[in-house]
Amino acid sequence: MHELGVVFHVIDNVKEVTKEQGINHVEAVTLQLGTVSSVIPAYLQDCWKWAVGREALMKDCALIIEPIEAITFCEDCKEEYDTIRYGKVCPHCGSEHTYLLQGNEFIIKDITV
Amino acid sequence: MAKVIELNKSITESNDRDAQQLREELQEKGVLLINLMSSPGSGKTTLLSRTITDMHREVPIAVLEADIESAVDAEHIEALGASALQVHTDGMCHMDAGMTKRGLEGMDLSGIRIAFLENVGNLICPAEFDTGAHKNVMILSIPEGDDKPLKYPLMFSMADVLLITKIDTKQYFNFDMEQCMERVRHLNPKIEIFPVSAETGEGMKAWEDWLRKSLF
Ligand SMILES: Nc1nc2c(ncn2[C@@H]2O[C@H](COP(=O)(O)OP(=O)(O)O)[C@@H](O)[C@H]2O)c(=O)[nH]1
Ligand SMILES: [Mg+2]
Ligand SMILES: [Zn+2]
Repeated sequence: MHELGVVFHVIDNVKEVTKEQGINHVEAVTLQLGTVSSVIPAYLQDCWKWAVGREALMKDCALIIEPIEAITFCEDCKEEYDTIRYGKVCPHCGSEHTYLLQGNEFIIKDITV
Repeated sequence: MAKVIELNKSITESNDRDAQQLREELQEKGVLLINLMSSPGSGKTTLLSRTITDMHREVPIAVLEADIESAVDAEHIEALGASALQVHTDGMCHMDAGMTKRGLEGMDLSGIRIAFLENVGNLICPAEFDTGAHKNVMILSIPEGDDKPLKYPLMFSMADVLLITKIDTKQYFNFDMEQCMERVRHLNPKIEIFPVSAETGEGMKAWEDWLRKSLF
C-alpha cells in the first residue's frame, strides 16, 4: 500500500548519490525486495513509471526487482523454514518462538548509469 | 558506456537516521512527540480533542495533522486552544521522519510539552516508517472488531500503547475485550492497553496519567 512512498524514498536516495558523483542520467535501478516486505512488485512498477517521468535525471529509468526469499528461524528446534508457507509457527516442532531471518528487506542494490 | 554503481543501501536507513536525529532534538527541547495511528474514523481526532480539553491548561499540547480524511481536523483542534498544523501528504499513506520534521518546523513549539502527530488513517503503512516519535500509540475502536490484531499484526507489535476506544458502544458490537487483549499481548508483551471512551470520558484518566508519566 505504500508503494508510492517507497518509490519516493528510492528516488531521493538515487538523487543523493548521483549528485555526489556528478551523474546526469540513470538507466536502471536494481532493488532487492523481501517477499514479506508488504510491497507489491506490480504496484511498485506502476508507481515507478509515473514517478520517474517527473525526473529528468531518471527519464525512462528501468526498475529491476530481485526478490529475497522469506526465511524464519525457530529458537526451540533451531531449524529454518519458509515463512510464506508456514507463518509464525514452526512446521518442525510447532513452536511459536520464531523470528524472521530475512525477507522484509528493501535494499537499493545498484544503479546503472 | 553503461556503468553499474553498487549502493547496497537499505531505503529505510536514511529515514531511520532522520528519525533518530529528530527524536534527540525534540527531547533536548523537552517536547514529547507521540505518533498516533489508526484506521480512518477510529477516533484519533476525537481522542485528541478530549485529551486537550482535559490536560491543555496543565500540559501545553500541539498537534500536527496528517490525516488526509479530514482537512477540518486542524481547525477543530485549534478551536480547543491547542496549536495545530495541517500538513498535506500528497496522497502518501504514511508520514516519514522528514515530513514530520518539516511539519513541526512550521509550528511554534515554545513551551509545548507534548506534540501529537495524527498520522494518516491506515492500519498498515504507518507502522513501517519511523516518524521520529518517542512513543507510538495506536487506536483500535470497538466497531472495527477484535480480530484486527490477527489481520494487521505489525502495528500491534510495534506500538507502545493501544487505546481501545468507543467502549461506550460495546453493547452493540460483538467485541471480546479479553480475547482481543490476549491476542495483542501475544504479539507484544510490553504494550500498555487502555480501554477508553472519548465520548463519555470513561478510562481517559489512565491514558492521561500515562502521558504525564512519559513527559520529559
Ligand atoms: N461513540 C463514540 N464515538 C466516537 C468515539 N470516538 C470517536 N467517535 C466518533 O467516531 C467518528 C470518527 O472520529 P474521528 O475522531 O474523526 O476519527 P479519526 O478519523 O481517527 O480522526 C466521529 O463521528 C466521532 O464522533 C467514542 O469514544 N465513542
Ligand atoms: Mg482525524
Ligand atoms: Zn521448531
